[in-house]
Amino acid sequence: MSLSEFLAGYGAYYLIIGLILIGIGGLLLKSNYFKKAISLTILQSAIILFYVMSATKRDATVPVIDAGLGAIQPEQYINPLPHTLMLTAIVVSVATSGVAIALLMLVYRRFGTLEEGELLERMR
Amino acid sequence: MIGEHFPVLIPVSLLVGAVVSVPLGLWRGSLSRLVALLATGFSVVAAGVGLRHVLRAGEMRYSLGGWPPPIGIEYVADPLALFVVLVVTGVGFAVTVYSKRSLERESPQNHVPFNAVALLFLAGLSGMVMTGDLFNLYVFLEIASLAAYALVAAGEKRAPVAAFRYLVLGTVGASCYLLGVGFLYLATGSLNMADVRAILPLLPHYRLPFIALCLMVIGLGLKMALFPLHVWLPDAYTYASSVGSAYLAPVGTKVAAYALMRVWFGVFGPVAYALPIGAMLVVASVAGILVGSIMAMAQNDLKRMLAYSSVAQVGYIGLGIGLASPLGFIGAVLHILNHAVMKATLFLVSGALAYRFGTTSILPMDDRLRRAMPWTSAAFAVAALSMIGLPPTAGFFSKWYLALACLKAESWPLVAVIALSSLLNAVYFFRVLERMYLRKASAEERIPGPPASNPGEAPPSMLIPILILGLGVLLIGLANAWIVEKVIKLAIPSGL
Amino acid sequence: METYGSWVPVWAVACSLAASGMILASSRRPNLREFWTLSAAGVKFALILTLVPEALAHRVAEARLFAIAPGIDLTLRADPLGVFFALVSSALWIVTSCYSVGYMRGLSEHKQTRYFACFAVCLSSTVGIAFAANLLTFVIFYEMLTIATYPLVIHKETPEAVSAGRKYLAYTLTAGVVLLVATAWTYELTGTLEFRPGGFLGSETAPAATCVWLFVLFMSGAAVKSALMPLHGWLPTAMIAPTPVSALLHAVAVVKAGVFAVIRIVGFVFGPATLSALGLQTYLACLAGLTMILASVLAFHQDNLKRRLAYSTIGHLSYIVLGAALLTPASLAGSLLHLASHATMKITLFFCAGALHVQLHKEKISELDGVARQMPWTMGAFAVASLGLAGLPPLNGFVSKWYLGLGALQAAQPLAFALFLLAGLLSAGYFLPILYRAFCRAPQPEAEPSQTPHQEGASGHDASAWITFPLLITAALSLILGLFPNLLFHFWSLAHLVSDSILNGGSP
Repeated sequence: MSLSEFLAGYGAYYLIIGLILIGIGGLLLKSNYFKKAISLTILQSAIILFYVMSATKRDATVPVIDAGLGAIQPEQYINPLPHTLMLTAIVVSVATSGVAIALLMLVYRRFGTLEEGELLERMR
Repeated sequence: MIGEHFPVLIPVSLLVGAVVSVPLGLWRGSLSRLVALLATGFSVVAAGVGLRHVLRAGEMRYSLGGWPPPIGIEYVADPLALFVVLVVTGVGFAVTVYSKRSLERESPQNHVPFNAVALLFLAGLSGMVMTGDLFNLYVFLEIASLAAYALVAAGEKRAPVAAFRYLVLGTVGASCYLLGVGFLYLATGSLNMADVRAILPLLPHYRLPFIALCLMVIGLGLKMALFPLHVWLPDAYTYASSVGSAYLAPVGTKVAAYALMRVWFGVFGPVAYALPIGAMLVVASVAGILVGSIMAMAQNDLKRMLAYSSVAQVGYIGLGIGLASPLGFIGAVLHILNHAVMKATLFLVSGALAYRFGTTSILPMDDRLRRAMPWTSAAFAVAALSMIGLPPTAGFFSKWYLALACLKAESWPLVAVIALSSLLNAVYFFRVLERMYLRKASAEERIPGPPASNPGEAPPSMLIPILILGLGVLLIGLANAWIVEKVIKLAIPSGL
Repeated sequence: METYGSWVPVWAVACSLAASGMILASSRRPNLREFWTLSAAGVKFALILTLVPEALAHRVAEARLFAIAPGIDLTLRADPLGVFFALVSSALWIVTSCYSVGYMRGLSEHKQTRYFACFAVCLSSTVGIAFAANLLTFVIFYEMLTIATYPLVIHKETPEAVSAGRKYLAYTLTAGVVLLVATAWTYELTGTLEFRPGGFLGSETAPAATCVWLFVLFMSGAAVKSALMPLHGWLPTAMIAPTPVSALLHAVAVVKAGVFAVIRIVGFVFGPATLSALGLQTYLACLAGLTMILASVLAFHQDNLKRRLAYSTIGHLSYIVLGAALLTPASLAGSLLHLASHATMKITLFFCAGALHVQLHKEKISELDGVARQMPWTMGAFAVASLGLAGLPPLNGFVSKWYLGLGALQAAQPLAFALFLLAGLLSAGYFLPILYRAFCRAPQPEAEPSQTPHQEGASGHDASAWITFPLLITAALSLILGLFPNLLFHFWSLAHLVSDSILNGGSP
């Protein structure tokens, strides 16, 4: 298959893999806890994008009933289920970020730093 | 009580309790605790009644919002689910009763939000147990986990760091699980557990479900602290407050293990047994058992020792799951019950020690503990003997079923590991027991921490749950055949 | 053997469990506490005595309690072997309790409540072991015995006692785990764990290699408590416990439970047919023979009286194991009779050692010159018991040795016969010097003041009645049972009943 076909078919998934790797890489490689929290958000967003992407169909439109299209035929609308699932997942991601930031605020208030090395020193 | 809405009764009541307890608590502090007691007490009763009903009348299914499965979200009340919910709510109720004095001592200004978060935690756990939908499982998993992070953070000074680490690893795990659910949805087109189980054997090839299973196992394995994904656990349990770790340790990892069981046996079924993931689970569990026991021997803090011990005990459950045999299943489920009760007793005792003596360090322990707190020490001794695996306490019978399962699988190294772990448990528990009962208090040595003005027995609200759980360890051991015959055997998934 | 349902075995086990609770509750009133112990001992003995006529008439009382695991019930059955062991233990508990009262009060020992309560639980577990009808019930009570004896071993709570306790636990817990594995494997292979006379594990249920491994596992588990070398190390170290505890360990409960386990496994799990087909009895016999001689030789080197008695016990336990391994009618009967006779004689010896400690604060044999003049009754009993252990008539030691030797000849094993003789000579060898010192030498003048704290001056007469009467009773028992082996307890008949049932596979 040609490059354009490949990109059209699978390019998105490779992008997602890249995002996941960025997320995990950030978790592992960054020593600042806030950057870890951001990487976590990137990871979660990547997975949300994956679901959304899996819902697409060729030549289909957004899953909002369009009166102009006449009777409802499933292949004219992309799959709405992953979208609804991801609404929940986005809420979960936001909540997680909120808790993470609250925790980091508490850590900063108690130890004065968010760098891992210094934090471990001050925790001793 | 057993109306048609029963399967959602327990998660909903706990959620309502969590929501209601905050404004009531802000108005009058003691009300939040009352709400917590009511909610957990009601849940225990509901779980017990439900279990009896379901054993007689068969499982109950409930569709949220009236939407029928597989489109809608379904809740399933079958014997296994109600059994685990009974364990969760039972331990939750006991710890809630216990929490009053302990919270007063350890985090007095936090107790209203603490109660609410604890109720959220229990609500999340019971939702995880009762649900029959894979994505709903994720939602409740995250509810429980977020509440767990907060419970950990409300501990001592270093707790927020441990909570953050727990958050990072927990979220990675949950994301893995979510990705796995996504793959499974792509492969089968359904999110309903029973539906997916029906569709899976019809698929032409298993590449996508295999990856999905791997991801879900990793995700849930992280949540249940399966070796080597357990690294968040020691710090989290140690730095949490006494009540926090008492809520988390007995039931948090167990429900994740139950979820793994549901996915492994209930959703994938025979497809899973054919894959080599079972062997990986067994290897990881064995490593967890050994590493957990060995690390526990090296600890000087009681809570950290119990945390590593939990890692080892989760290994038993993982072993039972990985063996994928009826005996392994029985052993794993029974160990969920046994370990919840044993660990709850142990953590409640360590909380009582912290309450009276101000520290949970093992080094300064001596027989002042036993003389000041004879009943608490006795409960600790019974739970410790059970962890070691001495009959007729409950722990012996978990090992009995698991040993039988390993023998049936003709795996001698596994049997040796179970035997060896009993002896390793004996080493680190007797270390504490010897100090508690035999080490003479010398005049110069003082136990650090605030001098207890009244180093007597733990107050009744703390002592009674400890004693009930300690007695439960013994009674469950004696009644284990009844439990296995009447409840667990009914839950053995078909095809094993 | 026909079985009939009866609650008597359950009450026999439960009465001392209940007593231990009452003992814990009456810690502030010593006389009431001692009353509980003594009455529980009496009740237990009486209950077991009622089971004897039934057992002799080939009727076995059985109490099937609840299911302890799917397919396995917690069952107590009073078959002849069980009744025999239970009889020995409960009878000796009565005298040990009287002795304990005198000993503990004589030394004003601490933690007496814990002591008596644990003793009661120990005896409960022992009778449970005796009456256990299947392997799982057996293992449960066996482990209960381990845990119940631990507080007794560490009673003194000195660093040496605590480390002795740790060693004891290390040995016995490991053995317990090994037994658990062996039991699980047996259940996995055969689907049953019920003891059957003549065994239920054989060539038709399992391949030969499996049987051999199972036997090794079972024996390793049982060998710790029965002090077979090289797993005997805990026993001399455990002598740090007070003397009544040593008496319990050696005569009443723990080691007897170990050899009882060996007999159960040899006769009721594997059976003579399987063992001789696989040649396993030879290995067991060799191990037992080696232990017998080695332990007797080691006994010579011990200057501490209790340690010499410990090594003597290790040797004599191997008599019982060797008798069981020979698998002939006389050897099995002799093995059981030796279980009883060694119990009475050894308990006498330990009681005497304890009396010496209480009255004269003497623990070493080298200090025992002329003691007989000061404590004539005590040393008289000592003489009777030690001569019995050497195998002299008319003591019950001679009767059991006679049957053991007869059994060796029946099995056409002259080597075993020679070993029995040699061990007997060695027993005489390490006991006679003690008697010589005590009776024939003049008492040494007190060299330096004693170190012990309770010191009103060593009294030069026999210990109090609570201490002296029990040892006289056990010594007299050894004599009477030597003259009339079947008197009162029907030991002789029971022993022969058991050996019949093992060798004939249960058909009466």
